[in-house]
Amino acid sequence: MTIRLSDEQRALRDAVRQLADERIAPRAAAIDASGEFPWDVVELLAAQDVLALPYPVEHGGLGGELLTVCLAVEQISRVCATSGLILVVQELGSLPLLLAGTPEQQARWFPDLAAGRALAAFALTESEAGSDAAAIRTRAVRKGEGWSIDGAKRFISQGNVARFVTVFAVTDPSPEAVRAKRHISCFVVEQGTPGFATVRLEHKMGIRGSPTAELLFQDVRVPDANRVGEVGEGWSIAMRTLDRSRPGVAAQAVGIAQGALEVATRYAAERRQFGKAIGEHQMVAAMLADMATRTEAARQLLYTACEEIEAGSPAAARWSAMCKLFAGDTAMAVTTDAVQVLGGYGYITEYPVERMMRDAKITQLYEGTQQIQRLVIGRDLLARGG
Amino acid sequence: MRIVVLVKAVPIVGNERLGDGFRVDRGSGLEPNGNDEYVLEAALKLTETHGGEVTLLTMGPAAAADALRKGLAMGATRAVHVSDGALAGSCARATAEVLAAALRRLEYDLAFAGADTSDGQGGIVAAAIAARLGLPYLSYAAHIEPGADGATVRVHRLSPAGYDVLEAPMPALVMGTQVLGEPRYPSLRGIMQARGKETLTWSLADLGIDPARVGAAAATTRVLSAAPPPPRAGATIIRDAPDVAVARIVDFLAARSLL
Repeated sequence: MTIRLSDEQRALRDAVRQLADERIAPRAAAIDASGEFPWDVVELLAAQDVLALPYPVEHGGLGGELLTVCLAVEQISRVCATSGLILVVQELGSLPLLLAGTPEQQARWFPDLAAGRALAAFALTESEAGSDAAAIRTRAVRKGEGWSIDGAKRFISQGNVARFVTVFAVTDPSPEAVRAKRHISCFVVEQGTPGFATVRLEHKMGIRGSPTAELLFQDVRVPDANRVGEVGEGWSIAMRTLDRSRPGVAAQAVGIAQGALEVATRYAAERRQFGKAIGEHQMVAAMLADMATRTEAARQLLYTACEEIEAGSPAAARWSAMCKLFAGDTAMAVTTDAVQVLGGYGYITEYPVERMMRDAKITQLYEGTQQIQRLVIGRDLLARGG
Repeated sequence: MRIVVLVKAVPIVGNERLGDGFRVDRGSGLEPNGNDEYVLEAALKLTETHGGEVTLLTMGPAAAADALRKGLAMGATRAVHVSDGALAGSCARATAEVLAAALRRLEYDLAFAGADTSDGQGGIVAAAIAARLGLPYLSYAAHIEPGADGATVRVHRLSPAGYDVLEAPMPALVMGTQVLGEPRYPSLRGIMQARGKETLTWSLADLGIDPARVGAAAATTRVLSAAPPPPRAGATIIRDAPDVAVARIVDFLAARSLL
């Protein structure tokens, strides 16, 4: 299968690329250095309708397909992985509502999210429940007409800046429910709800402008109208969310790799040693060739995965895990080689490749480590017999 | 307020190639001429403030549709594309004749044109159109606003001393400069909506123009030779820390009496 982007997809991609080159790239180093969330980039992405991409047209969105969203993430991440993550997390936090929200819930929350007036976040991970996400301990119990949530979430991207957080909590701790993976439910918690607080922001190696929050829930009351999907459907919603969101991380990874490749290529054409451009030395040229080939392979796998998932492939989980696995490893390898091509200049902040290398690492970790991706792929292979 | 914006589809700046007869190859990879985007932006702002609609008008090959799509994505209401195989190689005189004929078929209060084009830089087509149609011609506009009575247009025309304020009855043709203000980026919504907007394609027959009057054979000027400028050489790249680099650049310029 060959992916041919439609005229419209190419036009959208090129528009986002121009925006990224002219408006976001000049900010990338400062965003990394300050570690401050770039609200100006949020405003820009909102004004240009980039944040509207994942939402249905009837709620003010653009109804973009998964591939179209990924094209935008890739172009932004090419110059700034923190900024690319804004769109990834906006989609991630909204996917439970897209997949399982009622028409009333979508009409209530999507217009603000599509317009970029509000950000979303996705709160599943806890300090003792990372890869083993089903082991979360945050509890939601019925109180009157609604629910009371108690617990803590960790490593929640944009958890402190999001107006709406989709929170996963145990509603039935009985061994039977846990065994059947029917123990978890999903709720929307709005910023400002009493008892809901950000207690800490992490100091990170990369994606430093993107806040990673620890969230505390102390008798946080939410009405039953904030419950997303059926009681006990939370685990299924979370897994279906990740099937569709991992390509976003893969797109971020492909973008980071492409950005590093471009910097390294330009540098190799300009930097002269031993009387010629270093790109004319075969060992450097070979590195660039491998970087370009791996990046393109990751991109093609990502685009194919997007099309397969969009078409409702029964192997969506496998496609999603494969593209994230391959693209994350590609980003790490390509950015490491980009630093190598630039030598000492690659190791200092004067050039962007050291930032790209630090940013690349997260794509091997979040939305499931590379080891978890392999488990997902392996289980799916064995279940289907290949 | 109905505004027609003249748009030329030009090769993406930096990618210009010369084809047969020293003609700029405009077969593919076209974008709206940069100066035209500035007057389109001014037109969009005027209609957003005062109501009305913006029509894009271009004469160009099939590939010019890409440039029109960008203009539609920025917010224009419709596009008119004059396209005819016989037009290839037309000179400025023929271009003005064709665009004037197209404007006669459109209803408008104002027509806007950019100062010149990045691929040709003749800068005379707009004035020639105004002359053919007997329209007031307001050139080098830095600011455009409707007159108080609603029947006139007022512009600030750049002058060596500042600007002159000109007023003319509508319809009129305004040639604008980059001082009008930065063009917007097309929003993603605009790009998706552009697909559903009206694009009219007119041939020479539609305009009632004899093909013998246009094209390379009828050209009143002929390009005898064209060549890309020689590559720049001897660049000095300064890679010092900012304070040292600034001092070196100041020294460099001062040594050449450029400061």
